[in-house]
Amino acid sequence: MGYEPSDSGPARPHLTTTKIIVAGGFGVGKTTMVSAVSEIRPLLTEEQLTERSVGVDDVALVEQKTTTTVAMDFGRITIRDDLVLYLFGTPGQDRFWFMWDEMSFGALGAVVLADTRQLATCFPSIDYFEERDIPFLVAVNCFPDTGSHHPDDIAIALDLDPGVPVLLCDVRRPESAREVFVRLLEYLLARSGELEHTHAP
Amino acid sequence: MDGKQDRWLDVEAGPIVRPYALTRGRTRPEGESFALIAVVQAVVAPHAVSRAEPECLLILSLSQRPISVVDLASDARLPLGVIRVLLGDLRHRGLINIAPPTRSGHAANVQVIREVLHGLRAL
Repeated sequence: MGYEPSDSGPARPHLTTTKIIVAGGFGVGKTTMVSAVSEIRPLLTEEQLTERSVGVDDVALVEQKTTTTVAMDFGRITIRDDLVLYLFGTPGQDRFWFMWDEMSFGALGAVVLADTRQLATCFPSIDYFEERDIPFLVAVNCFPDTGSHHPDDIAIALDLDPGVPVLLCDVRRPESAREVFVRLLEYLLARSGELEHTHAP
Repeated sequence: MDGKQDRWLDVEAGPIVRPYALTRGRTRPEGESFALIAVVQAVVAPHAVSRAEPECLLILSLSQRPISVVDLASDARLPLGVIRVLLGDLRHRGLINIAPPTRSGHAANVQVIREVLHGLRAL
């Protein structure tokens, strides 16, 4: 269990929290997707200034702080009073890669959002989750001018392992965005061998 | 310095010095680390604490009911790193409990997935 209340302390907290990661290239619609299904909450976090960000000489100065504050958002879905699902969008910019490990630690799984006009931008996300054995699906956000694509073609183009779901969506529509998360959870259950019934189309 | 600093200290960056003054310059919490969605719950009421910074009293007040670390940081409008250091201190003083997010184990994990799926479908 990892948690034992002290002898005189209150009862074990009755709140279970879990999270899903939403990844994908910059501008692919991650924020739109998260805000379509959840309450958006602001969060201040810190960026470590590395040698890439500032000159080495600057870091050497003692009074120069090596962190700066960065604003980000996360999504919150209250499933029940005692069960909350968090949605964390991975930062699209390279300089925020350091936050990925912490965000993805303990996640149920991930949604990789793709845009067929710039498919390559989701390669780093796919590599990341494959390397860490974090289950994911690919959701292709259908922008008005993207034309029609078949999920199987996209799976081939992305060189996905067999069984990784690929689905089309329009993240601006809450029901479509929600369906992506439902499909991910069904996939997770199927992977765990626990799926009792298949999803009715 | 030669003006490079100006690039970072814009309005967007928010207050930099003060939050870490609260932690006396520390950027890592005491004791065992805890996750972004770990669950914090106060063991005491804020008024039961005689000497505490306003920010610590705020955390105690916000965590009278179980609350996640990220929700606490968002509600308190303090940077995540600062909240973590303060939470580490409060835990060290025995004023709060910090529990891992999810019940551990495969069966419990599957149960959580099942419950979340059920909840999402019902939204």
